[in-house]
Amino acid sequence: MKKMRYIALSLLLIMALFRAFSSHAVEPGEILADPVLEARAREISKDLRCLVCRNENIDSSNADIAADLRVLVRERLQVGDTNEQVVAHIVERYGEYVLLRPARTLSNLALWAAGPVLFLVGLGVALLFVRRRKPVAPATLSDAEQKRLREILDR
Amino acid sequence: MTAEIGHFAVVLALAIALVQAVVPLVGAQKRWTNWMDLASPAALVQFFLILIAFSMLTQAFVTSDFSVRLVAANSHSAKPMLYKVTGVWGNHEGSMLLWVLILSFYGALVALFGRNLPAALKARVLSVQSMISVAFLAFLIFTSNPFERLLDVPLDGNDLNPLLQDPGLAFHPPFLYLGYVGLSMSFSFAVAALIEGRVDAAWARWVRPWTLLAWINLTAGIALGSWWAYYELGWGGWWFWDPVENASFMPWLVAAALLHSAIVVEKRDMLKSWTILLAILAFSFSLIGTFIVRSGVITSVHAFANDPERGVFILGILTIAIGGSLTLYSVRAARLSSPSMFSPVSRESALVLNNLLLVVAAAVVFFGTIWPLVAELALGKKLSVGAPFFNLAFTPFMIALAMILPVGAMLPWKRGNLRKASKPLWGVLALSVALGSLVWVMQTGGRMMAPIGITLAAWLVLGAAADLATRARLGKAGPAEVLRRLGNLPRADWGKAVAHAGLGLTIFGVAAVTAWETEDIRVANIGDSYSVAGYEFRFDAVRKAQGKNYSFDQGVFTALKEGKAVAELLPEKRFYPVQRMPTTEAAIDSGLTRDLYVVLGDPQPEGGYAVRIYIKPFANWIWLGAIVMSLGGVLSLTDRRYRVGVARRKTAPAAVAAE
Repeated sequence: MKKMRYIALSLLLIMALFRAFSSHAVEPGEILADPVLEARAREISKDLRCLVCRNENIDSSNADIAADLRVLVRERLQVGDTNEQVVAHIVERYGEYVLLRPARTLSNLALWAAGPVLFLVGLGVALLFVRRRKPVAPATLSDAEQKRLREILDR
Repeated sequence: MTAEIGHFAVVLALAIALVQAVVPLVGAQKRWTNWMDLASPAALVQFFLILIAFSMLTQAFVTSDFSVRLVAANSHSAKPMLYKVTGVWGNHEGSMLLWVLILSFYGALVALFGRNLPAALKARVLSVQSMISVAFLAFLIFTSNPFERLLDVPLDGNDLNPLLQDPGLAFHPPFLYLGYVGLSMSFSFAVAALIEGRVDAAWARWVRPWTLLAWINLTAGIALGSWWAYYELGWGGWWFWDPVENASFMPWLVAAALLHSAIVVEKRDMLKSWTILLAILAFSFSLIGTFIVRSGVITSVHAFANDPERGVFILGILTIAIGGSLTLYSVRAARLSSPSMFSPVSRESALVLNNLLLVVAAAVVFFGTIWPLVAELALGKKLSVGAPFFNLAFTPFMIALAMILPVGAMLPWKRGNLRKASKPLWGVLALSVALGSLVWVMQTGGRMMAPIGITLAAWLVLGAAADLATRARLGKAGPAEVLRRLGNLPRADWGKAVAHAGLGLTIFGVAAVTAWETEDIRVANIGDSYSVAGYEFRFDAVRKAQGKNYSFDQGVFTALKEGKAVAELLPEKRFYPVQRMPTTEAAIDSGLTRDLYVVLGDPQPEGGYAVRIYIKPFANWIWLGAIVMSLGGVLSLTDRRYRVGVARRKTAPAAVAAE
């Protein structure tokens, strides 16, 4: 039994790995007539996660839930929501999990700050390292090295 | 019998690896030559045994021996021969066997080509390398045995995932593994140096070719994977910041940093302890990547918790390897302090900045990749980190890197004069900015992506050319003298210029295709003709046909430009009956200036087909740049100073013939 579970699990993993299936994304019928609204919908879609997919946005996913979300985004836009309102509406329904770009909240501070903080700290350390001046004593050969040098020269 | 021979060979290899991990190391500490001498033959035998095991598994796949569980689960008798062979590593167990094969392959290379290494260093390097072998061979034998037999032999197999039945992906894993398993060599050299307590220019000269070799393969492997995604996934995306992609990208970034810092160790005998740390980090990221991919922990914490055996095993290897090497590092690093100095304006400083940017970029990728896991375990929140985060958090560091690169590459060692060193670059800067501005003026409104990207790309490519021109005294010496000087430049200098220019080409491709892509999605009927971004597309027909192990619908499109047919495009919708899985094969007309990319979608209820057409300007430059980068690496690898050992071996042809 355990073996079968392995097989099933590894197959699942491989499927997930290649985000599988014929990906179809936005269907012709979903596209809004107004190109400006449609462009905004595409932009919003790229930041929203297809909830059942692996790391795929709703714009490029062919899952049913992604199609539903794409339609929902467009409905909200037609009602007159701003981009932020549309996203807020969807987050309210589906949770923070739907955001591919995590909100800049306190709990995500470490994520957003990691790069800049590491860079600044690294830069500081590097500057200290470069500016650290210590006289360089000319390296002298140890006795053993002197001996070896003589051996080589005498050869 | 084949599977049993394979199994036996792997177990024997584990025994040899155990001996190789201990005996030469003790020998090196005690200075017992005969104990140290064991390392090379052991490494060769270990490689040979794993090669036998790998051949046996390949044999089972090629002959469709469905009594082997792995073959039954992943192969099918009707599968084309190419995919029977590549199916060997298209699954967990087989890919782990490939992993250890490549690990032992690098050990064997050191045994064969490391004749000019000091005996003690060589013994320690091979010992450490073998410790990694022990860990992964044990993992293979105890949790992922590829040679298990089935009692009930099925009539036919389950087939390989159709998405994997593709030449691009078939050769993606071997390259990738040659890359990130290759970093084990840098790791082994670093740990050996820590045990020895000595790092010098000679050490850097030995470690750099191995890192370079790993990096070249990693570059090729990542590019191949990205190219596959581009043509296979059906909408031309080429990078998704997926955990699996990040797993290979983090070691690539750190290996790139390591390549540069090893130059400082080699030329200036400085940054030693930092270089050792980078070598440890680079392979640690390889291990972390293996853990992420093989345990599935990032995809689903629950899948991991339900079936933790493999994940926990790799986590154990990871903890011991990373924890052990870092502990050793903290004890020994102080001994490696470097005496010499450099001014803030110097090649050294520029390389330090390069290292900082690359490592921070790798850290950003790392944080982004593990953040969902951290948030779930520590904060109890389920959240996602995807492409929009990485594009925002990662890109600035790469832009900064591209900005300093040409200047840093031309600064002299020790102490430079910024004004003097950058003199040949003023023209390049002016030209690059002019190009960028031109693009900005020409494109109507829109994004800054293209102008910035093109400025940076030109700055990198022309900057590399300016470096070579300056070295050849172009404009100061006669043409014959310039040519002579260019010919006499070390291969490493050519490699540097070519690799840097390659980065520029990739940046150009990325910026151009991101900013200027045109997309058209519509329902089209057979016989329809419509224009997309200056091209006329005619939908001629849909035909049904049968492939070797799939059936398909094939759309026939003709692309015309100014009334003349430029390409016939044949997108397919395939159906693989064994796995009951449909796939989409985009039709791509590739070109240097644009790709025409056509995807046939589902038939619509009211007639016609959903058809997607993309015009992707300069898309191929992304991979062209990667090829050029790898080529730069190869040029650098063939530099004279690394070939000293090769030249020596040539005097003993008998030894070569005997193999």
